[in-house]
Amino acid sequence: MRKSNEPVPWLLFGAGGVVAAFLVPSLVVLTGIAGPAGWLGGALEYERVLALVSHPVTKLFLLALISLPLFHWAHRFRFTVMDLGLRASKRAIAVACYGSAVIGSILGALIIISL
Amino acid sequence: MRPFVRPVPTTWWLKRRVYFLFILRELTSVFIAVFLILFLVLLYQLSLGRAAYETYLDFLASPGMIAFAVVVLIAALYHTVTWFALLPNIVVIRIGEYRVPSILIVGANYVAWIAVSALIVVIIMRG
Repeated sequence: MRKSNEPVPWLLFGAGGVVAAFLVPSLVVLTGIAGPAGWLGGALEYERVLALVSHPVTKLFLLALISLPLFHWAHRFRFTVMDLGLRASKRAIAVACYGSAVIGSILGALIIISL
Repeated sequence: MRPFVRPVPTTWWLKRRVYFLFILRELTSVFIAVFLILFLVLLYQLSLGRAAYETYLDFLASPGMIAFAVVVLIAALYHTVTWFALLPNIVVIRIGEYRVPSILIVGANYVAWIAVSALIVVIIMRG
């Protein structure tokens, strides 16, 4: 493991790693493969999905599902880019990565609240 | 005075299998992030109404998007396996003098993962 003295990014990285490990495979199978291919019958029908995501608990779940793995990506990508040779501007890389995760999370929150 | 930095070729990660697998593991996060953005767009189309939502579902059903989702699934499974594999390095559970063996910690996570995935399938299928 990398040593890090940045507790906030590291906590978000860890939480995002857990969320991605537990939830993303089934999400990809359902909403990326089986659902669009039509194997789920009417499970992804407009009214059903809208009813499901309108529940406050689902909204919280969706926000965590989208936001935390974005921070996980930001943390990993930040160091991978440097590992692959881009060492010139560490601060710019960090700002771009975490900034993208913040923007994605805000957009996610706005979209999820509007449902 | 500038410290000496030994130059490392940009292709260092192609030199050994473990280096390559390390970079592959780090890059799984890119595929997961891109997929979650696509999923967020699905939610956005849902908020726009039925026509927009169904058009987007048709787009996701195109062969290229299904193929991309399969690649994302492989990346996501690689993330899950490698994430569980490094857990015993972080989590140490002791009961008195007894240290819970790492295979139990990893095994418990696989059981929990399967249970959570099954629950998500049930929730989506039953609405």
